[in-house]
Amino acid sequence: MSVAPKRDDYDVVVIGAGPAGLAAAATSAEAGLSTLLLDENIGPGGQVFRAISSTPVTDRNQLGADYWVGADLVQSLRASNAEVIQRATVWSLDRNLDIAVSIGGASAFVKAKRVILATGALERPFPIPGWTLPGVMTAGAAQTMLKSSALVPDGRTVIAGQGPLLWLLAAQILRLGGRIDRILDTTERGNYFAALPHAFAFLTSPYFAKGLSMMREVKAKVQVVSGVTELAASGDGQLASVSYVAGGKRETIPADLLLLHQGVVPNVNLAMAAGIEHRWDDLQLCWSPVLDASGNSSVAGIAIAGDGAGIGGANAAVVRGRIAARAAVEALAPAAAANLPAMATLRSDLAKAERGRLFLDTLFRPAPQFRIPSGDTIVCRCEEVTAKDVLDSVAIGATGPNQLKAYRRTGMGPCQGRLCGLTVTELMAQARGKTPQDIGYYRLRAPVKPIMLAELAAVPKSEADVKAVVRG
Amino acid sequence: MFRRSEQDERPQVQIFVDGVAVAARQGDTVSAALLASGQDARRSTAVSGAPRLPYCMMGVCFDCLVTIDGVGNRQGCLVPVAEGMQIEIQKGKREIGK
Amino acid sequence: MSRHVDAIVIGGGIHGCSTALHLCLAGLKPVLIEKDYAGRHASGVNAGGVRQLARHIPEIPLSIRSMGIWEKITELVDDDCSFESHGQVLVAENEDELAVCRARVAELNALGFTHEELIDAAELRRLVPAVAETCPGGVVSRRDGAANPAQTTTAFRRKAEQLGATVREGVAARNIRYSDGLWHVDVGSESFAAPVLVNAAGAWAGRIAADLGEPVPVETVAPMLMITSRVPHFIDPVVILRGRKLSFKQFKNGTVLIGGGHLATPYQNRNETVLDWKSLATSAQTVFELFPVMRSATIVRAWAGIEAKMKDDIPVFGPSSRHKGLYHQFGFSLHGFQLGPGAGAVMAELIVDGGTQTRVSDLGIDRFHPSTLQQ
Repeated sequence: MSVAPKRDDYDVVVIGAGPAGLAAAATSAEAGLSTLLLDENIGPGGQVFRAISSTPVTDRNQLGADYWVGADLVQSLRASNAEVIQRATVWSLDRNLDIAVSIGGASAFVKAKRVILATGALERPFPIPGWTLPGVMTAGAAQTMLKSSALVPDGRTVIAGQGPLLWLLAAQILRLGGRIDRILDTTERGNYFAALPHAFAFLTSPYFAKGLSMMREVKAKVQVVSGVTELAASGDGQLASVSYVAGGKRETIPADLLLLHQGVVPNVNLAMAAGIEHRWDDLQLCWSPVLDASGNSSVAGIAIAGDGAGIGGANAAVVRGRIAARAAVEALAPAAAANLPAMATLRSDLAKAERGRLFLDTLFRPAPQFRIPSGDTIVCRCEEVTAKDVLDSVAIGATGPNQLKAYRRTGMGPCQGRLCGLTVTELMAQARGKTPQDIGYYRLRAPVKPIMLAELAAVPKSEADVKAVVRG
Repeated sequence: MFRRSEQDERPQVQIFVDGVAVAARQGDTVSAALLASGQDARRSTAVSGAPRLPYCMMGVCFDCLVTIDGVGNRQGCLVPVAEGMQIEIQKGKREIGK
Repeated sequence: MSRHVDAIVIGGGIHGCSTALHLCLAGLKPVLIEKDYAGRHASGVNAGGVRQLARHIPEIPLSIRSMGIWEKITELVDDDCSFESHGQVLVAENEDELAVCRARVAELNALGFTHEELIDAAELRRLVPAVAETCPGGVVSRRDGAANPAQTTTAFRRKAEQLGATVREGVAARNIRYSDGLWHVDVGSESFAAPVLVNAAGAWAGRIAADLGEPVPVETVAPMLMITSRVPHFIDPVVILRGRKLSFKQFKNGTVLIGGGHLATPYQNRNETVLDWKSLATSAQTVFELFPVMRSATIVRAWAGIEAKMKDDIPVFGPSSRHKGLYHQFGFSLHGFQLGPGAGAVMAELIVDGGTQTRVSDLGIDRFHPSTLQQ
């Protein structure tokens, strides 16, 4: 079932089989480049098209037309000559374009002439009191279970946060007969005004009509509380209740499941570990890679496509994947590029796909109290470090996320900062009166996913290494 | 917390959770099967022993860590169930050398 | 206009921070200049070994001096630096290696050093129950141990500042020059002047020495380390091997650190290293063979720190052979962390008293450049 890569080197290695990766790999392979697509999940699709080839949710209306677009992308990929390996975890990528990948408990090394990173997004940390309790999950987690296993919430369920995904999930849960007791909308009231100047572009984007009808569908069936300014989960070893403040009034409701969501941010771990330069994005409140118009990063030969290049959504991801692949084709097999859509066409497709993004980013910019926690609220889930712990360390001299490791083990657990990095940067920036760009981020290193010692020990070694074993 | 939609017609797969037989469906991840089982699948952390369940279900939070067929610290949300699979819920620091 | 201080220390590693701290204790007001932040490179990311064991003979007196300070580290820096003393054990994997160990201990004893002690298979098993049963013995240094390197370097930096050192981080020292009996250094828009300059710039120190007319045979290296997720406690001492490159240590929190000197590729000007996974795989294989219980442990992170390695593997330590008021403290060649506290104390004595009771004469830069200074 798990097969190692057929070759040691490829023209193009694409990492991640979401919308960007699927499009990139198909484009690259169709142009005749030897192409390997590595993806960590059981099947292709990434998060947005999760389980596209295997979902038990067969009624097409339930997951919606936007989901089933993914089936066409997978179709194109399968029609191409791209080599595709699922359940392949890339754990190292460096500036020499050497890639280490774990497949079925064994690691292989492959080399690429070009790498297209399509590692997508993850949900922004939502560090509220009690967010580590069993029974508190992300909205994306619930959607993953819904798409791949037709599982729906059936206990007392609260959905809290903001953003398009939250409404889509709510609609899907209801269509599948699941239970939602209340939706707590944390969108800041001031954001509506801030977003107004960008409204025209949004009104003429495809998101508008779809979003509106979905919200109507949900609001007809579920009590929605807007203007939520505080949120906490509590319980003894298991979620028991959710309390919130809206319009200055506190309310506590019993709950078995709390689904949190306040947007998505680029999944930067592999890109940063490869040494790619990132900058703080003040609107999207996250780290985004520094890229040229074709997605090329600061490391020669590595391009980034999809939400890992900065959040743009699934449609933009597909186009960015095609742009990055076309750039690779232009570099490696210029003659073959003639058969691909022109770069100008692709760029205009991208502009269209990105329309309305500024409105969404402004409207759903999460409020500070939901990004920058205080007191005993856990910041680093792995090492169980609280906001107070971080602030105490700042008080005695910790200046940034890397220095903080000397005081507290933030970011040193298995998730390698994925669930605390943004929080730590913003928390330290606020405490020190600096910008997040000045404060910086964790220096990330391979393995970007943990690897078993026995697996590493079994990696073939070069002759020089074996000789070097004997101390000189 | 979760239940299966009636339209799910995938074949059943039997797995064992700390020795107890649990019915899963083909294509479930280990984490999804555990959450669907209705059983107490809470692990406890290696740091403080605090109880946890999966948080992200997409391979980034590592709160789904579980021992699968004797191999510890696997991300349950990335591994599909297989007939007869032996799952152990991790309590505290995982014993090595088993 | 230059700001006058008593000494300029370049480099915020454990050595520069320790020297700055000890100068403060002697009543001087130094400035400490670090281009990144204290402990950014080797001093903050090394294996944390506090080891007298298996040292080159010329540096043993400095190591012993340092050990005395380590044992009272909290009194010095108000921080325990996570220092723990469970000994360090050098494992012989076969009889030939044990014979080398025996000869080494005899040599040290003849020189009057008693910190290394030969052990047989039974004592080895008592100290390190998890080690493979085929190992016939080794050497132990019982007072040795380990500390958290980033915590330690940070603590030295913090204490130095509290005692009056001026600390400048994030800006490199530039335009180092000597005029009118003073060393002058530019730091961003500031300038400092002092009668004393200490070159403790780690991997960058060789360039400074060369620019000042004292080139030495030094290269930049980046030894790799990797660490596992938390596992239950199973080993107390730090373990190193006689014949193969491996150092191995379990922290109180359960994580296990695996090192031993396999090298990454350093990109010094970018503050970056590229790891060599095939060499790390060799380390993993050694652990796999020596500690069977570790086979299913998970590696969560690997890294490498940039540092200076001398051709003869011993540091450059002491006064310049060319310039009055210039002192070198670099080139610790993958084993400088334990020496840091003692080296700072001795350097302060050299600067303030003009001499020290600790024998460091074999470490001087005059081994490359006969001194042209009048004694």
